[in-house]
Amino acid sequence: MIRVQNLVKRFGDFTAVNDISFEVPKGEIFAFLGPNGAGKTTTIKMLTTLLPPTSGSLELNGLDPARQQNEVRQQFGIVFQDPSLDQDLTAAENLDLHGVLYHVPKKVRRERSEMLLKLFELWDRRDTLVKQFSGGMKRRLEIARGFLHTPRILFLDEPTLGLDPQSRNQLWTHVKRLNETEQVTVFLTTHYMEEADRVAHRIAVIDHGRIVAMGTSQELKERTGKESLEEAFLALTGTSIRDESANSADQLRQMARMWRR
Amino acid sequence: MNAIYILWLRELKKYTRSRAQIVASLGQPLLYLLVLGFGLGPVFQKAGNGSYLQFVAPGVIGMTVLFTSIFSGIALLFDRQFGFLKETLVAPVPRLRIMIGRTLGGATVAMLQGTLILIVCLIAGFRPVSLATAPFGILFMALIAIVFAALGTAIGSGLQDMQGFQLIMNFLVLPIFFLSGALFPLNNLPKALSLITRLDPLSYGVDGLRAALIGVTHFGMTTDFAVLCVIAVGLLFFGAWRFSKIEI
Repeated sequence: MIRVQNLVKRFGDFTAVNDISFEVPKGEIFAFLGPNGAGKTTTIKMLTTLLPPTSGSLELNGLDPARQQNEVRQQFGIVFQDPSLDQDLTAAENLDLHGVLYHVPKKVRRERSEMLLKLFELWDRRDTLVKQFSGGMKRRLEIARGFLHTPRILFLDEPTLGLDPQSRNQLWTHVKRLNETEQVTVFLTTHYMEEADRVAHRIAVIDHGRIVAMGTSQELKERTGKESLEEAFLALTGTSIRDESANSADQLRQMARMWRR
Repeated sequence: MNAIYILWLRELKKYTRSRAQIVASLGQPLLYLLVLGFGLGPVFQKAGNGSYLQFVAPGVIGMTVLFTSIFSGIALLFDRQFGFLKETLVAPVPRLRIMIGRTLGGATVAMLQGTLILIVCLIAGFRPVSLATAPFGILFMALIAIVFAALGTAIGSGLQDMQGFQLIMNFLVLPIFFLSGALFPLNNLPKALSLITRLDPLSYGVDGLRAALIGVTHFGMTTDFAVLCVIAVGLLFFGAWRFSKIEI
């Protein structure tokens, strides 16, 4: 379903993704793990047509994200790592807008919105502007929105960041159900190793833009001779903490936060 | 079609929900209208050009439409910073339609804002000379709105942060306004200034508004209309092309 060969992405003289190759067959839940700045999000951006690769080839359901952009966008759904809601619209309007953009028929849109808003306990606040939501509520809404249509491939970029355990549980239960009943292929990244351990069929560990290990959770543990996936992960990527430079978007968000006070 | 509609509707909703902004954005045009209108009135009258309020009102309407429409396009920057842009860019909708929905939404908002100023002008004592040609005023407002919403989109597609925004404001938007003849007649200008005003799309917009509202024109209403249509088509293509190249 996803095929990546010798993928490279450079920004100036910084190489974010350095010659990676992997394949994800249909119906698999594939976890992409790595420290901050390892190249996870950059890879997802290239797969989802937001960035062109520097070199190498990409394939999503047989289509090339760099060239057949419109066709590729029909194939997937995505929950982004950073916020992507419209703050000036209500929760219901955000879902409705998403549904229209993804060609979900009106009736289905209504039913699924209601179901998802109830599932993530936002139904009572559906007519509240998103800017009045707490961080956790926004996150839940983003995830509900990601499930509004049923794509062939679902990208989840650190979806559980800032979620409470209840919502995390709902999320993964829902992901597993979609995967089992609708054969949705799932490509996820996370910093919570126990989540990857729980849901992923296969795991790739990426560090400094390169894939350093790939296999089932069991295989990774055996390869490193460790008890848990977390220990295996640390053994593979080391214990030093990575820097991620703040980009202009972060700076502006900080400024906006200052004004609000 | 649905995607265009829902993105157009989004712009309108955002506009009607920001009442404080609507009021705030009336401030500057009101200053120009009232202070210049009544302040320069006697001088203008003595020079034999009639009422300055009558003359400047179409200019102030044009300015309002210019500012509102160009900022609607530049608001892409905020959508980029706050993340919503990504949501639309990965959607299975051709980017052209997303750009058209946004641009038409921004243009509609600019027209509403222009109409609001027109009403204020009427209250301040502005009187259109003929009701028969007044509807053309709406047409010219629409053309100005589309031209500059498209230009705003083209610019907003490339903007990464707030510094660029200031640059655009001081070196593009304000010159477009001041060089358009919104505040002074285009007759008998020094050669260099006359040439520059001819290159400013807003000159034709304001001139068209004047032709429709007060029956005075420099270029002629047909020329104004033709020039604006050509520029609108050109800028829509340019904006769509820039929008399709956005990377995040």
